[in-house]
Amino acid sequence: MQMNRVAGNDHGPIKLFTLSTCVWCKKTKALLQDLNVGYEYVDVDLLNSPERDYVLDELRTFNPHCSFPSLVVNNDCIVGYQEEKIREALQRL
Amino acid sequence: MKAGDRRDEPDELYRKLRSEASESGYFLNPDEAFVLDLASGLLTNRKRYGYQACPCRLASGDAASDRDIVCPCDYRDADLDEYGACYCALYVSEEVSAGRKEARPVPERRPDARETGRQKGGPPGPAAPLPYPVWRCRVCGYLCARGEPPGICPICKAGKERFERFM
Repeated sequence: MQMNRVAGNDHGPIKLFTLSTCVWCKKTKALLQDLNVGYEYVDVDLLNSPERDYVLDELRTFNPHCSFPSLVVNNDCIVGYQEEKIREALQRL
Repeated sequence: MKAGDRRDEPDELYRKLRSEASESGYFLNPDEAFVLDLASGLLTNRKRYGYQACPCRLASGDAASDRDIVCPCDYRDADLDEYGACYCALYVSEEVSAGRKEARPVPERRPDARETGRQKGGPPGPAAPLPYPVWRCRVCGYLCARGEPPGICPICKAGKERFERFM
């Protein structure tokens, strides 16, 4: 599965599941960019099957609702644009 | 640009949403840039699927199984009551709109399709012994007793397909 890489400081694997149309997903991407954090993301709405199913199966293991954005840091999943939680999780790295 | 293309512009959709909201007692998010971004997402989904699925949810592309997340979604009113905003925060409560309260993050309340099977919109249960069936708008809760649901909900302007048999 091809993830999109965004350059920034390396804090280990940080994965963001997003929708290209979702405003909260865009805010999350902007926050990571502001914090200069390197991460990879995938816009799930732009995928067709079977890639979409493959990605959703992976997302489901972190967030059974498969809602967006879902940010996976250290196997913990932050669902939704929760700025404080995201900042805290990244500070712990 | 031709005049007919205006409905595909975010600012035009924004004006339409704002006027429909104020006519039916709802409030749009006061952050205009935010709403314009949501309007772009709605228009993208309209082009992509043929209907304005919630930009913050993953649509399947199947109209019947996505019906509950066509904006305004079936979950708007419950989320407004509980969190002061709908799932994507296009709509907010009056208190949030006036700046007296802040909207809280809204968890997904849509049932998981894998557990429930997505509702296909058929009337539940057998017909009740009433002179007319009662139809309920799944978007705003409006009830009416008539042979068929109205073509457009007179309260929230949702389409006929958003009605379910209530009694």
